[in-house]
Amino acid sequence: MDKPQAIVQAEGLTKVYGQLTAVNSIDFQIEPGTCYGFLGPNGAGKTTVMRMIYCSTPPNAGELLVNGLDVTSNMSAVKRGIGVVTQDDSLDYDLNVVNNLLVYARYYDLNREQASHRADELIEFFQLEEKRHENVRALSGGMKRRLQIARALINKPSILILDEPSTGLDPQARHHVWSKCHELIEQGVTLLLTTHYMDEAEQLCDQIAVMDRGIIIKEDSPWNLIKTEVSPQVIEIRGDAKHRNNILDNIRDKIDFHEALSDRLLLYTQDATSLHTQIQKMDIPLKMLLNRRSSLEDVFLKLTGRGLID
Amino acid sequence: MKQSAPKVILKSAWRVWQRNATVYKRTWKLNILPNFFEPFLYLLGMGIGLGAYINEMDGIPYIEYIAPGLLISSIMWGASLETTYNVFVKMNFDRIYDGILSTPVNPKDLAMGELLWGATRGAMYGGAFFSILLLFGMGHHWGILLIFPLLFIIGFMFATIGLLFTSFIKEIELFNYFFTLFLTPLFLFSGIFFPLNQLPEMVQIVAWFTPLYHGVELSRGIFNQLWDIGLLYHFIWILVVTALNTSIVLRSIHKRLYR
Repeated sequence: MDKPQAIVQAEGLTKVYGQLTAVNSIDFQIEPGTCYGFLGPNGAGKTTVMRMIYCSTPPNAGELLVNGLDVTSNMSAVKRGIGVVTQDDSLDYDLNVVNNLLVYARYYDLNREQASHRADELIEFFQLEEKRHENVRALSGGMKRRLQIARALINKPSILILDEPSTGLDPQARHHVWSKCHELIEQGVTLLLTTHYMDEAEQLCDQIAVMDRGIIIKEDSPWNLIKTEVSPQVIEIRGDAKHRNNILDNIRDKIDFHEALSDRLLLYTQDATSLHTQIQKMDIPLKMLLNRRSSLEDVFLKLTGRGLID
Repeated sequence: MKQSAPKVILKSAWRVWQRNATVYKRTWKLNILPNFFEPFLYLLGMGIGLGAYINEMDGIPYIEYIAPGLLISSIMWGASLETTYNVFVKMNFDRIYDGILSTPVNPKDLAMGELLWGATRGAMYGGAFFSILLLFGMGHHWGILLIFPLLFIIGFMFATIGLLFTSFIKEIELFNYFFTLFLTPLFLFSGIFFPLNQLPEMVQIVAWFTPLYHGVELSRGIFNQLWDIGLLYHFIWILVVTALNTSIVLRSIHKRLYR
């Protein structure tokens, strides 16, 4: 059987702003019905990629097809098939909750009946019934985000773009957004998201492109990234620097690699339990000695470096 | 890569107009009332107050001399406010355009929608003004019907001028310059209050190149039934400038919002 045709396909995609090459000739393919994440530090080019996909900025070079359509020559048609949740909320503050949905529906040429039916569905799905006639300004951050996602879904898009969907939300609101995303994936919507939260990427994404300085430095499933880029287990040590160095000198041959941070030492290993016991036996005073499973965050830090980007 | 700039889709522009109308409908009663007071106060203060000292201007009672021009200036103020401050806030502070542009509506459609809305608002200012003039007993003849298309066309012209300025600026404070150094001089030197032929020829030449002057002349001609081929030339001037400016401003907004 043939591989399903990619719903978004980029080849040599490039975006230059003046002196800055925000996106530098990247290639990627997104399978329909999956969740694809762009992960990277601030300024990596994630948002710019998204903006090119939803026709908010033209690529300078390369090809970008969405639903088989070129983004520069079919802007309206491309956007008709996409729902967009921007990073800064772009809700219409002059309108109340339900009118935000109804007015938005008009941009897609939904008639009055379709629009009000769809708006009711979405208000229910995102649990905004009580706020139906509230002004948007009166909503909490979580509710605004839900309304933005609801609004993006008004035309039943095949692709939903989420630019940092849970930035600035409290933990409850984040989990609520994630669970709605899972439901959407089950309904067959293709999700595209950018994030710098590793837990978010691990929770949602089938495939991840790690971006840094305008290029994709690694692309794989979260599980494979962890498996291939870092060792399965980590020991995290906090304590005086000299004690940390002391430990490192003694067990250097037992680990795959390490990361020495200003406040802690990370030891990446295949077998944390025996190493843990060994360190305990050394009887060095430490503030913390912890075993954990490696996470996407370890991959991310290893790939993009620990220096502050901005 | 080729950069095709799509043509305006009028249906999408209409959606943007509808959005503004939906917002306006919430507060229209509050909004429209000042539009009636303003002409009333002008006519009272300038026509009756100043008119007590100036009986006639060019053979017309002073109040009737200034009224047709003031009507056109009210369209100018209304349409300009809409495509300057209001558009700037929607574009840069409330980020409403980010939301609209991620739908099938493209930047040029958005710009056209705002122009149509600006023209509509200008026509509403002018319409309110016009109704007061009728009350004052002016324009009671069939030829006055020609004023109706003019309300909208002149509104559209000033909407394009305001939007063009908005498409270039990054700071909202710069509108002060637009209003005090462009619109206010137009208001004072377009022949609303006194005939320009009293001024040096240079001023008359400059006036010919400015938009309000032609509107004022047209309006005064229609109100006072001074039918003359000159009126047609003023009208053609307005149409040509509006058409040229529209194509420039659509491109300019496209450049500003799609880059």
